[in-house]
Amino acid sequence: MSDMMDDMEGGEGVVKKFMFVNRKAPHGTIYALEGLEVVLISAAFDQDVSMVFTDDGVYELIKGVNTKGIEVKDFSKTYRALEGYDIEKLYVEKASMDARGLSEGDLIVDVTVLDSAEMASLMAEQDVVISF
Amino acid sequence: MLHIVNKSATERNSLESCLRMATKGSAVLLIEDAVYAATKGSEAAAKIQAAMADLQIYALGPDMEARGMAGRVLDGVKLVDYGGFVDLVTEHSTCQSWL
Repeated sequence: MSDMMDDMEGGEGVVKKFMFVNRKAPHGTIYALEGLEVVLISAAFDQDVSMVFTDDGVYELIKGVNTKGIEVKDFSKTYRALEGYDIEKLYVEKASMDARGLSEGDLIVDVTVLDSAEMASLMAEQDVVISF
Repeated sequence: MLHIVNKSATERNSLESCLRMATKGSAVLLIEDAVYAATKGSEAAAKIQAAMADLQIYALGPDMEARGMAGRVLDGVKLVDYGGFVDLVTEHSTCQSWL
């Protein structure tokens, strides 16, 4: 009970594992940008945050983006700022990259590449999974 | 006829439906997330290449650039800008957008 009070009052002690799953390409929908914003907000709560990129979500991390022509914000560089917010667990599913002809060298940030089984077990061990 | 596709081929079936319905000599314009289909190594690349036998495939250049894909465009796919988009619409008597 006293532990619980400490948790509630001090905000210390309870660190949950949060996973943010990104499955959408950037720009075509607002999901990618909104997902990134939520992850940045979550950094303020000192939780154990993982960011996962699968399916079209891997397109979010492509480097060499130029959004001038479509007149929207280029938020791809913001992924490089995640490290400064202590969000360093970035995972990409290998099958999703392979299906799109992409490799780690095409990405704007350092990531850990996982096979589908590894990704599945990582997902299974989370306390909270939030999808974009 | 001009067919316009704006959804990712790895998320929706709109490109597939479009290619099934587009008749010989028609034009297909890929915009927004549909442009990924016309990039090297994509799952849809083979379908696009096969379709080019009967159809002219266009992709919107600004959408390719915004997605970091300008250097990966499949050979034979013509890039157009917004002016070219308008030209395509005016050159064809009918347009079908595969929303």
